[in-house]
Amino acid sequence: MSRLNEANIKTALEIIARYPRPKSALIPLLHLAQEQNGYVTREAMVHLGELVGVTSAEVYGTATFYEMFRFEPVGKYLVNICGTMSCALMGAGDLMHHAEHKLGVKAGGTTADGMFTLAHAECQAACTEAPTLQVNYRFRYKVTNGDFDTLIDDLKSGKLADEIPAHGVVARIRQRIPADRGVGAVAPELATENPAWMDGKAAL
Amino acid sequence: MTTAIKYPHAVGFVAGDRPKIVTSRFEHADSFTLERFLATGGYVGLRKALGRAATDVHEEVKSATVLGRGGAGFPAGTKWGLTPQQVFPKYLVVNGDESEPGTYKDRLLMERDPHQLIEGCLIACYAAGLSQCFLYIRGEMALAQERVAAALNEAYAAGYVGKNILGSKFSVDIVLHWGAGAYVVGEETALIESLEGNRGMPRLKPPFFPAANGLYGQPTIVNNVETLANLPWLMVNGSEAYTAIGTKTSPGTRMVAVSGHVKNPGVFEIINGTTTFRDLLYGAEFCGGIRNDNELKAFVPGGGSAPWFTADQLDLPFEASQVGPAGSMLGSGAIMVMDSTTDIPAAALTLTHFYAHESCGKCTPCREGGTWLERILTRIVDGTGTEADLQQILEVGAMICPGDFPHASNEKLGLAAVPFPYKMTTICFVGPSAFAPLHSAITLFRSEFEARLVKRISIPVTAVSTPLTVGA
Repeated sequence: MSRLNEANIKTALEIIARYPRPKSALIPLLHLAQEQNGYVTREAMVHLGELVGVTSAEVYGTATFYEMFRFEPVGKYLVNICGTMSCALMGAGDLMHHAEHKLGVKAGGTTADGMFTLAHAECQAACTEAPTLQVNYRFRYKVTNGDFDTLIDDLKSGKLADEIPAHGVVARIRQRIPADRGVGAVAPELATENPAWMDGKAAL
Repeated sequence: MTTAIKYPHAVGFVAGDRPKIVTSRFEHADSFTLERFLATGGYVGLRKALGRAATDVHEEVKSATVLGRGGAGFPAGTKWGLTPQQVFPKYLVVNGDESEPGTYKDRLLMERDPHQLIEGCLIACYAAGLSQCFLYIRGEMALAQERVAAALNEAYAAGYVGKNILGSKFSVDIVLHWGAGAYVVGEETALIESLEGNRGMPRLKPPFFPAANGLYGQPTIVNNVETLANLPWLMVNGSEAYTAIGTKTSPGTRMVAVSGHVKNPGVFEIINGTTTFRDLLYGAEFCGGIRNDNELKAFVPGGGSAPWFTADQLDLPFEASQVGPAGSMLGSGAIMVMDSTTDIPAAALTLTHFYAHESCGKCTPCREGGTWLERILTRIVDGTGTEADLQQILEVGAMICPGDFPHASNEKLGLAAVPFPYKMTTICFVGPSAFAPLHSAITLFRSEFEARLVKRISIPVTAVSTPLTVGA
């Protein structure tokens, strides 16, 4: 059941075909699996191993290195509060404290209704807008305690459903390479010639 | 002409008539669309490049000395020239895994002007004869991934990417790839490992650098997003116009993010080499001074990994050859400002925690040492550290970076500057980065750390006067 579904297998094959070696597609495919199920299941890892031609242990080995992959269910909304220097200087510690009280869980915990997982995050590359947080990787800048309460209430009431998808979905737009436009990936041992435009003459 | 443009979220706040090379389209709300891009000179640089021989374009980039903007500052044109001539295929890997503490520029370039980046990638592939391009975006940047994906879809459909670009013999695919949360993947060999579908751990080098032995063992160029974003402008305006901006050793502009305790934190495109930290922190067109007009206590000049500076170094310009001997680095253009209210040990702890958390675990000094540093510093900040702890931190640090450690030069303390970089016992810079900021914090503000230590009253031990006797 939690192997990739038909539509996702199609997407997966499309992604794999873009790389000279199939294993390169592993991280994008793990995201696809997490998108489908909300977290990366064992069955999905076995399936991905079959798709890219490596063992499920290798898939697990890669997956466990990266923080975004979860191996058990998390809340529908993953709230990552940045605590690195710029945000800490601008009051991220107080924000986290407030968030823990508002949600009634410590950082790392999930609320009883399964709606929210609260987590401490490292630098999110929005340092001038500190303190920042991400809900399912959507930014909120210069967050006050009041902003946080409003955000949680809006998420609960479904007001932000259009902007913020459930946990697992990161980018909602996928790259699509049209068959007639793509050059296509070739295994490196099969592409041993100097590219056509490297002949010392202008290409146009 | 003076135009002060206030962007949403105060980003890219620009005033004055400074040249804009990479942020010129940021003022448009639809800057990320192909339509706006084409209306503002988009893909003109590519057309110009394709009208010249590839080697010619390479020479142009070389003579412009476009310095790498990822942290190391290595000139892009020279890097491209390091690939072996007769080995094919060669690859381009774009490093969009921006996650150095304080750094906020590549995400903006990807979100606000993805086509400019795509054009830069194409010019690089053309000039250096690279057969395929992989654009690696940090996993947590959902919007950047969406914008670049949409831009690539538009560009493919319009014939700017893929087979026979603009009807020429130049064909290259740009593949969007995205990570899943790991700071160390910003290191180029770890990036390649991650792109091969493995755990993102750096490879041991030298002798094999990516330029000779990178992705799938093939010659690979790894360039930062901002570096590539400079190329379209360079192709349109030529290397002479490029080197006319800034200084001879640091030409052009660069993006810097100033965050922390300043009045107007923001991302600015500044002139390389001549702009000083004082201009940036106090200039009305930039940050406008320290918040509440407080005193400046310290600042991080180039990302979380860089040793700290104080007001003594404010007049240094954005020039690697001056910042290096002063004991720090320009790194990724991230400045974090601390005013007089800052609790220095607690501020240092946020960075120490970061590096302990982000160690990939491959090298023991970083994996164990980073964690030790965090634990010792945590107990100092919590008020339960002992006097031996400070020395312990320095000793653990010396196991990650043996020898003289660089620190911000501070004549008041009688400290001489040691050039960057330093010796290290780890493969990559994550290890030394865990210690560099902490070391400079302790050097500059030792009394603040000592004030936190538990003072214990020492009880003199005297010889026992009556020896214990057994039996008679």
